[in-house]
Amino acid sequence: MTTKRTDVVIIGAGWAGAILAKEMREAGRSVVMLERGPERSTATEGTYPGSIDELRGAIRHRLFQNPAKTTVTIRNTVNQTALPYRQLAAFLPGEGVGGAGLHWSGVHFRAAPDDLRLRSHVIDRYGAKFIPEGMNLQDYGVTYEELEPFFDKAEKVFGTSGEAYKVNGQIVGNGNVFAPSRSDKFPLPAMQDVYTASLFRKAASDVGYHPYALPAANASMQYTNTYGLQMGPCNFCGYCSGYDCYMYSKASPNINILPALRYDADFTLITDAHVLKVNLDSDRRKATGVTYLDQRENREKTIEADLVILAAFQFHNVHLMLLSGIGKPYDPISNTGVVGRNFVYQTITTSRAWLPEKQFTNQFVGAGGAGVALDDFNSDNFDHGPLGFIGGSPVWVNQAGVKPIAAAMNGGGKSAPRWGAGYKAGLVDTYRHSMAMDAHGSNMAYRDVYLDLDPTWRDSYGQPLLRMTFTWKENDIRMNQYVVGKIEPIMKALGARRYELGRLEHGEAFDTRRYQTTHLGGGAVMGTSPTDSALNRYLQSWDVSNVFVIGSNAFPQGMGYNPTGTVAALAYWAAHHIRTTYLAQPGPLVAL
Amino acid sequence: MSAPSSSRRRFVKNAAGTTAFLLLAGHDFPARARAAAQIDGKPVFFTPDEMRFLEAACDCIFPHDDLGPGATALNVPGFIDRQMDTPYGRGELWYMSGPFQDGPANLGYQLPFAPRDLYRKGIGAANHYARTERGRDFADLHPEEQVEILTAFEGGAVHFPELNARLFFEQLRRNTLEGVFSDPIHGGNRNMEGWILLAFPGARADFMDWVNQEGAAYPFGPVSISGQKA
Ligand SMILES: Cc1cc2nc3c(=O)[nH]c(=O)nc-3n(C[C@H](O)[C@H](O)[C@H](O)COP(=O)(O)OP(=O)(O)OC[C@H]3O[C@@H](n4cnc5c(N)ncnc54)[C@H](O)[C@@H]3O)c2cc1C
Ligand code: SF4
Repeated sequence: MTTKRTDVVIIGAGWAGAILAKEMREAGRSVVMLERGPERSTATEGTYPGSIDELRGAIRHRLFQNPAKTTVTIRNTVNQTALPYRQLAAFLPGEGVGGAGLHWSGVHFRAAPDDLRLRSHVIDRYGAKFIPEGMNLQDYGVTYEELEPFFDKAEKVFGTSGEAYKVNGQIVGNGNVFAPSRSDKFPLPAMQDVYTASLFRKAASDVGYHPYALPAANASMQYTNTYGLQMGPCNFCGYCSGYDCYMYSKASPNINILPALRYDADFTLITDAHVLKVNLDSDRRKATGVTYLDQRENREKTIEADLVILAAFQFHNVHLMLLSGIGKPYDPISNTGVVGRNFVYQTITTSRAWLPEKQFTNQFVGAGGAGVALDDFNSDNFDHGPLGFIGGSPVWVNQAGVKPIAAAMNGGGKSAPRWGAGYKAGLVDTYRHSMAMDAHGSNMAYRDVYLDLDPTWRDSYGQPLLRMTFTWKENDIRMNQYVVGKIEPIMKALGARRYELGRLEHGEAFDTRRYQTTHLGGGAVMGTSPTDSALNRYLQSWDVSNVFVIGSNAFPQGMGYNPTGTVAALAYWAAHHIRTTYLAQPGPLVAL
Repeated sequence: MSAPSSSRRRFVKNAAGTTAFLLLAGHDFPARARAAAQIDGKPVFFTPDEMRFLEAACDCIFPHDDLGPGATALNVPGFIDRQMDTPYGRGELWYMSGPFQDGPANLGYQLPFAPRDLYRKGIGAANHYARTERGRDFADLHPEEQVEILTAFEGGAVHFPELNARLFFEQLRRNTLEGVFSDPIHGGNRNMEGWILLAFPGARADFMDWVNQEGAAYPFGPVSISGQKA
């Protein structure tokens, strides 16, 4: 066994890891970053035209985690046997340098102020009785005002395109009327509306809703970011979600952060390094470093470090905490412990309009983060009192570029044949003349929805798989149905020749076979008390103070927005407090 | 299929195999070079009888009609044959450790079979079913009867000895559509006729000029990764 020493060791080379690496180097600390997957760069496998091969890309999962090596088990309820997630489908974790940040879409949101203090907000507005039995509704322990400088910082690193509504309290533009005030506008103007998004914008305003351009980490113009790194203008190539960007236009750790560290002698990136566990001292109060498998040499190696940053993605972070014994594992029966608690996802359903045949929707044109959304039914922007559920959904047209294999699998809609006679006609009509709208909503946390270690199945490294116990609950199904009902008037205003509304049904169990989203959250949440959170408000483990855990694992509930803008802001927020307070005096940042 | 590996030695051995195939999974250049050399060539994995089944079944799923050619004319069976000799076909992109246990459909695939096993077992069982129910191999039946059989498979009521016929049908449908609509570099979508059907422009991937043309159809035909135009 070989052992090395560094000031800071970071697990995972995605957004969370890259942000912490840059910040720790700015603070003068030596950094070793361990990534289980390979090096990935635009110059090698991200080039045109090899990278825009749908079969190799989104279908065979070129850039994603290979479940042959490690996966999870899933069940819907505590009395079921969880079974392995053998084929990637419902969610698609990333692997390799850049993580999922290399092949994400780029929708770049700031968490809504109410969502960050949802428990307090619901109690203030509707009373404590409004919270259903069994729902673990919680606050993040940090406010929008506190996070604002870090949202701003992240947008300037990502080169985010968007239109502001309010800057420093003044209305400045035609942005999202529900969005809170910002300290500055977006670094780049909003992306253009593709045809379908422009139709949605018009129809939604005709109905009386408040449409706005999605904030997109796809560059609408040439941009040089905070670190002097450049992006080129996005050409709406349509190979965005699930692909690396051959145009240097979609923000990724690979383009927007890591090149600034590459020639830094005190930064070391080790690829093909699968971390097996964080090592703790004998009383489990301090981490001493990590043990990883060097997959090239098939050898276990150890790195000693003063500070350990988990940035391996939401459920991998929880998995590593459970494998390493960081914090107390959650037990849903006794309702004790915190690691694995408040595991959440998002609700997402797609509705479709078929337009008159003289209108061609050219769905292959698109950019992952671009589109038009409305927030009239998101967060607490509408009165939940008479509705009796908590949560909401933005609704949008986010045409990221529809490719033919994906379109063919869906075919011509619910009433069309799936194959054989009539299949082609339905598919062609749908591909050429239809447009999709999503309700991309929140998902609350529940006492019997959680993560723990599976008793049976193991990964190729001999470690127990993580087990997910997850299903849809009435509160979220009702929320989804309510919001989808609000899409119907848009269908009419669009002049749709026919339409289908996609919604969750009562009693519907989570289906692992169909892609929904990779916006998994919770499991090691931030908060104000160690009885219901694994991390304090600085994303520091309550139990092991030299471990910080960065990612959407920190979200106490799934919000309607996409997570990465908030993950990035929380990463900069945590880094700021490590730099300004922790490094000078290591120890808990919140005294108990 | 291997039991969950618990011993350290076992895991080192697994990981050693893994690194080698990862190179293929990531880039797959050798497989692609081979594929290019085999266009319209002889099948590598399937027997002639199995190919006859595939031709008939793929054409049921994606038939020739007035909208364009069917799956066999697009070389979809050849595409599937080539896929069998990739990490995907060998099951190296799926978690294939035991134990294997049946469960509710919504928890996903739980059989110990890689795609190539599903085809070998599925085609044999489908032909057996065709002979028992209709007196002939699937490929020798009238197309209407073939569609009836596939419809029965899709419905889930037919059980092959080692798998439900529905799983086999879904595998076949999925791979057929992949063969129709993937880049011709993989052997299917001959002359990009699949893309022409959808008016999908292939590898053009630059739409600065067509972000919003008020609903006019995109005017250019497809190009492929290797530079074919139509
Ligand atoms: C197709 C797709 C589209 C998406 N679109 C959007 C979007 O539009 N907007 C949005 O906000 N979000 C989107 N997301 C989600 C977004 O990608 C993630 O929120 C974000 O990338 C998370 O960053 P992270 O750094 O926490 O994790 P990751 O990017 O997943 O990085 C974690 C890294 O850690 C590595 N790792 C894991 N375990 C270990 C280990 N044991 N040892 C060593 N390394 C390890 C992984 O290989 C990975 O590279 C999308 C995701 C997908 C898959
Ligand atoms: S749509 Fe734009 S940002 Fe996305 S991959 Fe293409 S060029 Fe890059």
